[in-house]
Amino acid sequence: MTFIASRRTVIAGAAAATAALAAPAIFSPARAQELQPTPTMRGGANNYRPGAPIVERIGGGGFRMSGTVRRAGYGAPIEGARIQIWAHTTEAYESDPESHGATLTDATGAFQMDMPQIVPAFGQPHGHLAYDAEYAGGSFRTVFLRPVMSSASNTSLEAHFVLAEA
Amino acid sequence: MTRALAILAWGAVAIFVGVPVIVAALSPLHAYRSPSYVAASLTGVLGLGVLLIQPLLMTNWLAGVSLARLRRWHQRSGAVLVVLVAIHLGGLLIASPPDAIDALLLRSPTPFSVWGVTAMWALVLSALLVTLRRKMRLNPTTWSAIHNGLALVVVLGTVIHAIQIEGTMGTFSKWALCLAVLTASVAAVVRAQFRTFFRWKP
Repeated sequence: MTFIASRRTVIAGAAAATAALAAPAIFSPARAQELQPTPTMRGGANNYRPGAPIVERIGGGGFRMSGTVRRAGYGAPIEGARIQIWAHTTEAYESDPESHGATLTDATGAFQMDMPQIVPAFGQPHGHLAYDAEYAGGSFRTVFLRPVMSSASNTSLEAHFVLAEA
Repeated sequence: MTRALAILAWGAVAIFVGVPVIVAALSPLHAYRSPSYVAASLTGVLGLGVLLIQPLLMTNWLAGVSLARLRRWHQRSGAVLVVLVAIHLGGLLIASPPDAIDALLLRSPTPFSVWGVTAMWALVLSALLVTLRRKMRLNPTTWSAIHNGLALVVVLGTVIHAIQIEGTMGTFSKWALCLAVLTASVAAVVRAQFRTFFRWKP
């Protein structure tokens, strides 16, 4: 009896595990259709400089900020979105104009910016990114991101935008 | 023998406070910071150090100095702590106004800010309690219970604040100082409370 009961438990457990593993695969197409817009992060807009110029790179480079900009819902890439990037780096403070620069996304919705090494400021090594509707020319809502590096010695950081129609 | 113990006790305190302060002062991060930010960082570290000395001054564990003198030093070092926290906050407000204001309004993205601000307000209340001691005419037992309670909030808030920050302090010396601060504070408060309630005199 004990054996049968435990076998039942094993079979039921296996079935539940299979269902749990299969469920995301079954539901993923439906979930992709409802890709949620990225909310603005707390403190994301701190030391933002509206209309910072588009630059080839910020300062001397050596650190890579990259990411993507997609449309909420189906997740279609957004080309030509203007993203401003700034951080506290080895070359300048977060509020200094030379710490800020903007770039445009390519046809795949990707952007990247070379910038000086980010160093911890206010207790965390972090960067700032903005999609500002006023300067981006698009029809999407403004979003400010403040990604944190998992280690201060990292030489790259990623941030991804999912934008909602205004 | 007493002299040797005194040297040992004061030496241990000096090492627990001195090493983290030196490590923080030598941090390469200062090279990338404005003078106001450097001042804010270092006053924060020094303030954590004062939190180790402060409870010990109210016990008889640091031999070699009379209790009355230690008590006066407790008051002075309390005043020093208030000044250090004022410079810490002022420096941060100059270094990055939006980040410091976010912290004060409890809407900062960093969890340690809330702990730091909590400790700051508990320190302000404690300072008021000390300044208005005569005017309030509280029962001494009640007064010290409130003061000790606020002191523990200051200590706990500051320790969590410091541990979570990725800044100029070295990980090992920071943990050592924080654990020493927690131990000394809890022990001193337990001693003070038990002395009042049970007339127990260790």
